[in-house]
Amino acid sequence: MAPSLCAICKIGRAYIKRPKNHAKLCKECFIRVFEDEIHHTITSSKLFYPGEKVAIGASGGKDSTVLASVLKTLNERHGYGLDLVLLSIDEGITGYRDDSLKTVMNNAVQYDMPLKIVGYKELYDWTMDEVVQTIGKKGNCTYCGVFRRQALDRGAKMLGIKHVVTGHNADDVAETVMMNLLRADLSRLSRSTSIVTGDDRSEVKRSKPLKYSYEKEIVLYAFHKKLEYFSTECIYSPEAFRGSARSLIKQLEKVRPSAILDIVRSGEDMARLVPGESPSSCACKGQKVTSAAPAEDDIGGCGSTNGRTPGGEMAAMDKQLRENEEYAELEVDVAKAISKPKQAEKDTEKVLPIRSGTGPSKGGRQVLGQCKRCGYMSSQEICQACTLLEGLNKNRPQIQI
Amino acid sequence: MAPEPDTMPISVDFLGGLETLFSNNPHHTISLPLLNPSDSSPANVGFLISHLVKNHLKHPRTEFFVHSDGHLTPGILVLINDADWELEGEEECKLQAGDKVVFVSTMHGG
Repeated sequence: MAPSLCAICKIGRAYIKRPKNHAKLCKECFIRVFEDEIHHTITSSKLFYPGEKVAIGASGGKDSTVLASVLKTLNERHGYGLDLVLLSIDEGITGYRDDSLKTVMNNAVQYDMPLKIVGYKELYDWTMDEVVQTIGKKGNCTYCGVFRRQALDRGAKMLGIKHVVTGHNADDVAETVMMNLLRADLSRLSRSTSIVTGDDRSEVKRSKPLKYSYEKEIVLYAFHKKLEYFSTECIYSPEAFRGSARSLIKQLEKVRPSAILDIVRSGEDMARLVPGESPSSCACKGQKVTSAAPAEDDIGGCGSTNGRTPGGEMAAMDKQLRENEEYAELEVDVAKAISKPKQAEKDTEKVLPIRSGTGPSKGGRQVLGQCKRCGYMSSQEICQACTLLEGLNKNRPQIQI
Repeated sequence: MAPEPDTMPISVDFLGGLETLFSNNPHHTISLPLLNPSDSSPANVGFLISHLVKNHLKHPRTEFFVHSDGHLTPGILVLINDADWELEGEEECKLQAGDKVVFVSTMHGG
């Protein structure tokens, strides 16, 4: 097959076929357009302000490595004036995280960024190795996910930083949209599609600058820029690799690559129907920031492990979430809506209780408060991390005997 | 090592976690028969994949690399001399001695 020429410069040989529009590009034009699109997302969503201190949640994996590289490039090219710091979590998993942290340490040198590592051991007095020794491998991802979300916030707080960016990509968001749709979890559907969660009132806000970037292009960017990243699967979740939402997304992409961004956009559109939530999309469509509690879309494991957790863990997590009053309320509402399908056809607005007459302070939204135990921000009386720790600490003496 | 007769050397890399399926080694140089013995057609990438599965895949979880229909598991990128195989005809792309084929998983880690 004769090589094609780049669709942009018309000179270079095409090496990349873009999943979103099938454009054939040379390496240089691909790298430039990949960066330009993230710049567009950042500026149109007004993600940063000049002089802002931003922590990059860095695992050493492809997504956060590419995020760090692109943000450094764009910060210099466009004069964002950002003060970028790498923030890593040490879960305490021998043979996995200790190796990936070496990658992050190399990144810190290559990108000339300070690196802060916070460990589960110092925050919770438990390493994941110890957690697994106590509870076994089944369900340990739940602990790790809950601990990590809080650990990133606490790490940022230690650094005096109020904004953490994570490497969640379009495939991750599409996967979360599918999962939340299947679970009819409207509240979380809304939060998971937002590019920013939390705002200036919450202690630490989160954002996903790679929200519209295809995983395929992230991997190709890393490959062609020869970025060093770590890709070993976590030793405690070997099964997680096969998650069904993940494979579904990948199979859809194979048939029609634009499906991934289509699902992300559909998720945003559906999120707009959820009361009290105003999900931001690319600000070409207007940008707002959700003022609800931080999205818990990454509970269940590290970024892209999301959705790959085996069913048992999902069920356990769901059970716990059902204890959340707001969540229970929402479930009832959805059940009501389903029980009146005919009326729903006539006037959806009236049937869905969560959509009628609820102001921004009610509805399926979580209200941010403080955990009574650790004082850390939580939508429940006792935060999830403290609830899990209580169970762990009760079990520790038995194990030691 | 002298190449075996009627074979050609192909450089094959496994990245993004796939190396764990291939003896934990990301870089391989393999001797690929010039012709696909099943129909005597010139070796292409589809033949390379079946050859790798038959002779080099040292891991019980073959579904991480190929599905039961013999096609590559979705989520794995293939680069032929650095170019996306979608530009080169995917499995139909003919191979020549010294070609460099890279398999990269997009599914691992975050």
